[in-house]
Amino acid sequence: MANEEAVFFSRVLTELTLTFHIIYATIGVGVPLMIMIAQWVGIKKNDEHYILLARRWTRGFVITVAVGVVTGTVIGMQLSLLWPNFMELAGHIISLPLFMETFAFFFEAIFLGIYLYTWDRFENQKKHLLLLVPVAIGASFSAVFITMVNAFMNAPQGFDIVNGELVNISPILAMFNPAMPTKVAHVVATAYMTSAFVLAAIGAFRLLKGSNHIYHKKAIYLMMKVGFVFSIATALIGDLSGKYLAEYQPEKLAAAEWHFETEENASLILFGVLQDGEVKYQIEIPYALSILAHSNPTAEVTGLNEFPEDEIPPLYIHYLFNIMVAIGMLMLFVSGLYLYAKRRGWRFVNQKWYRWLIVAGGPLSIIAIETGWWLAEVGRQPWILRGILKVEDAATTSNHVDLMLIAFALLYLVLGIGSVVILSRMFRRNPVEQELQDRTREKGSDF
Amino acid sequence: MTLEIIGITVLWLFLFGYVIIASIDFGAGFFNAYSLLTNKNHILIKIIQRYLSPVWEVTNVFLVFFFVGMIGFFPKTAFYYGTTLLVPASLALILLAIRGSYYAFETYGSRGHKGYAFAYGLSGLLIPAALSVSLVISEGGFVSLVDGAPVLHYQELFYSPLTWSIVFLAITSVLYISSVFLTWYAKHAGDEEATGLMRKYALIWAFPTMITAFGIIVELRAHNPEHFENIVDIWWAFLISGLLFIGTFWLILMKRQYALAFCMLVAQFFIAFLGYGWSHRPYLLYPHLTLYDGFTNEAMATALIIAFILGFLLLLPSLHLLLRLFLFNKEYVTGKKNHHV
Ligand code: HDD
Ligand code: HEM
Ligand code: HEM
Repeated sequence: MANEEAVFFSRVLTELTLTFHIIYATIGVGVPLMIMIAQWVGIKKNDEHYILLARRWTRGFVITVAVGVVTGTVIGMQLSLLWPNFMELAGHIISLPLFMETFAFFFEAIFLGIYLYTWDRFENQKKHLLLLVPVAIGASFSAVFITMVNAFMNAPQGFDIVNGELVNISPILAMFNPAMPTKVAHVVATAYMTSAFVLAAIGAFRLLKGSNHIYHKKAIYLMMKVGFVFSIATALIGDLSGKYLAEYQPEKLAAAEWHFETEENASLILFGVLQDGEVKYQIEIPYALSILAHSNPTAEVTGLNEFPEDEIPPLYIHYLFNIMVAIGMLMLFVSGLYLYAKRRGWRFVNQKWYRWLIVAGGPLSIIAIETGWWLAEVGRQPWILRGILKVEDAATTSNHVDLMLIAFALLYLVLGIGSVVILSRMFRRNPVEQELQDRTREKGSDF
Repeated sequence: MTLEIIGITVLWLFLFGYVIIASIDFGAGFFNAYSLLTNKNHILIKIIQRYLSPVWEVTNVFLVFFFVGMIGFFPKTAFYYGTTLLVPASLALILLAIRGSYYAFETYGSRGHKGYAFAYGLSGLLIPAALSVSLVISEGGFVSLVDGAPVLHYQELFYSPLTWSIVFLAITSVLYISSVFLTWYAKHAGDEEATGLMRKYALIWAFPTMITAFGIIVELRAHNPEHFENIVDIWWAFLISGLLFIGTFWLILMKRQYALAFCMLVAQFFIAFLGYGWSHRPYLLYPHLTLYDGFTNEAMATALIIAFILGFLLLLPSLHLLLRLFLFNKEYVTGKKNHHV
């Protein structure tokens, strides 16, 4: 009795909402940590620039959080509205982390409110910094919990189905499924990495637009350092994610790699096009796929030929995978080189073109997040719960999803434009130079 | 007590929390817009912004908690309500999204446009209206199973007087709860002018609230006799609630003890809310779904309750800190200190 139209529009609406939410959610997870680092450095070095950095980032953060919260509320309810059959099943088995996530939000929301309204209220600045800790923990744990749910969709466990009935349910086993460790770690690391590069990009953009203030230079240096650390983590954990896939979701890995026949000594295919089942114009790295999948250049990698036709995910995820990895490698290189050159006193990293590269790093990291999620979700097709429930059987039967799709698309347009306009207006009206002067006057100190 | 009852009680309490705090928020937005129209904005704006700013995100979490918890404790509700509520819930979500984000944009970003203030105020009435439709549906008669899937009958819903009374009650309660709270808050801040204005609104909205509440009970008699019988069985709860209403009204009329007045108002709604929920038992959706066949398995229920207790232990001190720093802090409330980022 599946209603094909409803299935189609539910998919599009879910894709749209998640794709939009994930931008703000990623910033929401990563930026509190960056604010914390900046404020801590500021207190340690007694350097007003870092404190101001924390303060201005916080102001911007408030806007992105707002959009993150409202779109998160939307997706939270939409999951039940669009996928009632899935949520009924998921409710029985995996609602524990979903429920715990609300506590993480709660915790974050309360302390964010307090943090925002207590600047300069405490004599001891460290006390104020302490208030940020629960915000960062709450935000990161929301990511951890929600990613556990998503991991469960990829590697469901913790229950048995006997005669169509769910039995032997273990919420804990469901939470700690095989997909969980790599997925959670990769999502959290990429959120930190992305936030760092976005903030570095803003600093580099200001420098390109005529400012020459040391404030921006400090911001870039700090964020490149943090970004570098987390891009290493991202690449390492990404490699582990590949190994996870090889073991538990070989069809996803094979589709992402255009690996059609099971074979040993498998080589990695980068880019290329498919013509009549032939891969053309590709870059081939010998043994690399066997290494990615099993850490062994001669290991056997399962190919798509082992799976029934109707259980093979769309092959375009190959490009998504390539884009994500390429951006990861690029950013690792850009930030690593920047730090090395700074240490060596090489000047080229202060030139325009390099700064533009840093600016590009912000949007590129976000593109990597998006392609990564699309890879993970589309690569799970046709399943919504791998091996158990197909997407077409999970959707609502309501006839009004198309109208809702239009309404929500308009909403995201308004929110997207609104947040960008407000953010740029907020900082343009109150430039750093001005604010530093004001604060000097207030405090009567010299920096 | 069975696990089912524990589960629904926890959810019902959080829903109650949401009703109270969100009403204050929604009503405040409406009064703010209304005062712009009548050129009294200078009186209210400060009070309203001081209260709303640090807590808006917290308000939202109460709602999230309720619907996530509902799926956890009663997964079958996803099937019934998920399918039928697509349109009203989506409308409420869109309004909530616009409201929440523009609130943040305005407060932290830049002063905007009067138009936003009006949209903001209006959304505060439309959201409770849209959300309250789920209560209407729960009374039964608007959903039937077609080929095993629940279908909502929009026409019947639209032409039912019960729908409009519940929607109207949602709106008037929002205005009433909000005005009583703001009367106290303005007084607490030492703002006599704002106190006077809010007091007037409180008196105006008190009676429509009570009258519609009664009207709904009368309509239930025809619409859902079983529920009506259950309400009559616990008539004393509604009587206490009514007495508390009179107490609140009296204090406000006499300009006395606004703090106590607000406490009595909360108690009034609390008792009525519990009484309504209790008499609704065992149905989550008349007559298709009860607490018992909608309930999750025992392992999950136990895990959720443990998570809830641990989470609550974490939240309570944090909420206490929030209230102490903002709601009950004289310097903050009166606007002597502003430490915003
Ligand atoms: C800044 C973003 C970013 C960057 C640079 C990378 N990734 Fe990634 N990747 C993600 C952001 C991301 C993500 C958005 O976080 C995903 C989507 C779902 C998930 O679990 O993480 C993801 C998923 C994901 C998956 C699929 C996991 C699954 O479906 O279970 C694999 C195999 C990799 N990544 C591997 C890598 C490798 C080898 C990288 C090399 C540098 C890499 N990723 C860089
Ligand atoms: C708790 C975590 C998640 C749940 C329950 C969930 C649920 C779903 C559902 C129900 C679908 C529809 C299936 C389909 O369209 O084919 C879907 C697909 C999708 N989801 Fe997830 N999702 C989760 C996490 C995420 C996140 C965080 C993102 C990030 C943006 C995401 C991105 C997508 C995308 C892009 C699709 C489209 C796949 C396609 O084209 O078919 N998902 N997800
Ligand atoms: C299907 C997937 C998802 C669902 C159902 C979901 C649900 C939600 C909900 C209900 C909120 C609002 C909470 C509030 O009222 O404060 C929210 C916000 C948030 N979400 Fe999502 N979320 C999903 C995906 C993700 C992912 C993958 C991440 C992290 C990588 C994430 C991180 C956050 C964060 C940090 C917030 C807080 C707002 C902010 O700081 O920007 N969410 N989400």
